[in-house]
Amino acid sequence: MERSEEYIKNERKKEWRVELQKKTKAKDRMAIERVEMSEQDPNERIKSQRIEVNNGLTKEQAVKEAMRCMDCVNPTCMEGCPVSINIPKFIKNIERGEFGKAASVLKETSALPAVCGRVCPQEVQCEQKCFYVEKLNQPSVAIGYLERFAADWERESGEIAVPECAESNGVKVAVIGSGPSGLSFAGDMAKLGYDVTVFEALHEIGGVLKYGIPEFRLPNAVVDVEIDNLRNMGVKFITNFIVGQTASLEDLKEEGYKAFYVGSGAGLPRFMNIPGENANGILSSNEYLTRVNLMGADAEDSDTPVLRGKNVVVVGGGNTAMDSVRTAKRLGAERAMIVYRRSEEEMPARVEEVHHAKQEGVEFLTLTNPIEYIADDNGRVKQVRVQKMELGEPDASGRRRPIPMEGSEYNIDATVVVVAVGVSPNPLIPNSVEGLEVSKWGTIEVVKDKMQSSIPEVFAGGDIVRGGATVILAMGDGRKAAANMDVYLKEKYLSQKVEQ
Amino acid sequence: MNKIVEKENFSEKVVKIVVEAPLIAKARKPGNFVIVRVGEKGERIPLTIAGADVKKGTITMIVQKMGVSSQKLCALEAGDYVTDLVGPLGKPTEIHNVGTVLCCGGGVGVAPLLPIVEGYKKAGNKVITVLAARNKDLLILEDEMRKHSDEVIIMTDDGSYGKKGLVTEGMEEVIQREKIDECITIGPAIMMKFCSLLTKKYEIPTMASLNSIMVDGTGMCGACRVTVDGKTKFTCVDGPEFDAHKIDFDEMMSRLGGYKSEEQDKMDHFQE
Repeated sequence: MERSEEYIKNERKKEWRVELQKKTKAKDRMAIERVEMSEQDPNERIKSQRIEVNNGLTKEQAVKEAMRCMDCVNPTCMEGCPVSINIPKFIKNIERGEFGKAASVLKETSALPAVCGRVCPQEVQCEQKCFYVEKLNQPSVAIGYLERFAADWERESGEIAVPECAESNGVKVAVIGSGPSGLSFAGDMAKLGYDVTVFEALHEIGGVLKYGIPEFRLPNAVVDVEIDNLRNMGVKFITNFIVGQTASLEDLKEEGYKAFYVGSGAGLPRFMNIPGENANGILSSNEYLTRVNLMGADAEDSDTPVLRGKNVVVVGGGNTAMDSVRTAKRLGAERAMIVYRRSEEEMPARVEEVHHAKQEGVEFLTLTNPIEYIADDNGRVKQVRVQKMELGEPDASGRRRPIPMEGSEYNIDATVVVVAVGVSPNPLIPNSVEGLEVSKWGTIEVVKDKMQSSIPEVFAGGDIVRGGATVILAMGDGRKAAANMDVYLKEKYLSQKVEQ
Repeated sequence: MNKIVEKENFSEKVVKIVVEAPLIAKARKPGNFVIVRVGEKGERIPLTIAGADVKKGTITMIVQKMGVSSQKLCALEAGDYVTDLVGPLGKPTEIHNVGTVLCCGGGVGVAPLLPIVEGYKKAGNKVITVLAARNKDLLILEDEMRKHSDEVIIMTDDGSYGKKGLVTEGMEEVIQREKIDECITIGPAIMMKFCSLLTKKYEIPTMASLNSIMVDGTGMCGACRVTVDGKTKFTCVDGPEFDAHKIDFDEMMSRLGGYKSEEQDKMDHFQE
């Protein structure tokens, strides 16, 4: 798993790579236009929560796109990857038709390549650092599409290679939470030879990948294959187990667990505390998406109910807001509306998600903010009172601050309102572990590059540390924590102490 | 998967189920609850814990048939399995030796009250328990309550057993008779509301344990929002017990009906 500059350079000098470099001239590579991802027809895809929007690349498309990659001496793209994927190496494997090998390169450092190929914001990570963007001011190599292609090809081929794992060292470690951070951590620790058990509070493995991100963006079956891959590496999973409630950290220590990784996520939805917000029909994006994604409430044979409405308002401008509003459309809303207090430019959602939402007929009411909810006689919301906003000077986030415009208030009809204005860290772990240092926001305090908490054997990462970020940053934390926990455990339990 | 080791029909609508759950049996405290799911298409529903046997590794739940999910659970027999069971959830009851405690339970709310009554008694309190039911047949856990209470007063709506009248009438009799230091009430929301109004009049500190709608039970969904002292709280992680005098019961009752028509659709579909 070494990622030194020298290793990368040596890999680049391998015979097959040199051959490819010589085979096609740089000029010819640059002449190829960036591939376009084909998509399901918006009018068709909104009929089901479970039709994936992006179709993926064909073999021909993938090979051609891989040819665009210049196999740079200094692959700056890798600097943009939180899990340090050897990007040129996997892309060049695609170019030479070795798709399985390309997938293996991904799995050297990423536990969830098919997931990352779908939900990572590559446009602000690896692709932003691509030679084409930095030096030519042209569209980057479609690294994300290629990542998805390689991972999908391997899955569909049925020949799924299990990454090489070191011989078992018998040291038990526990992972709390089976979201992207915990899975990434578990994968790296299994490779290092540890005996890894993942504890999950819900009845399904995957955390936000299952309850949060809808299947039209990330099919559950894709997530399950990645989880099976971890199982094949020896990782054990226990569902319906809440560390701190079902058993304490101390109980687990007695069971022989030597160290812990907390990746319990940002599980507490935020509300705006405006009048009428507890009326029926107003719910968090977490509740809405969990009912549909995890519990399958969009299907008639599910026992879990979900609210449907002709007019649905979703408050917020992030990816979760886009997931919610597009879900509303799929549940039959005639008007599915985003209400966001800044302008489209400041929206934290990926450009692709906003684009897809618009294709699907979602309305965007930007520079608009809810100030009150009006309920009917039965306590069910019927209208949202909103206020128009204008942008002022930039605030602490660097984005222009929204300022209310007096006298601009008006009402929007809606019988379902989904609040997607962010989440706070889940308090269960911080509250149940004595001596764990927690910030005033409720996030676990860690030594930054080590991910180690105030309790030496407890490491933490992902949203429980960051407060709310992306899948890939959570995965990066998992990798960092694994590398540092390995050092910690080797020192404590596995080093042969030399007698002086 | 958790095996049902014992089942008893208390009445047509109320069933007692004993389930294997050794870790929960060991960890649970009075006031905690669990989430249960039956079947791969099943819903996650919160249920209270009526008791536990650490040695046998079981917990006892008393379930009232309400919607599809509770019907499905009640249809299971000893030897069957519940698909998922997770807990214990929620903050435990804060039990201290305060003197005399009045414990009031109505309907299946008597079930979660039992471990609390046991707890108060064990802590050295004088425990007076008022149990309310519509009629004699619907009264549950009387013997168990008598075992752990100094006095048990039974109230039935139709007078078929104990005294005829509402739970609050039984409570007021006690309050006028002797000094009550603390009160706890568990039952239908409307009952808890009136218990709370009564004890507020007499300025008796009172806790109510809420049975809000939940999905995950770990703070994630926010379906269980309740207004306490003007602030929004989550029943699952901030409760389930709150200062009864500060709960907005009217909002709480309205929120219990938040999925009423959708639940009815599921029920119609289920009965077809």
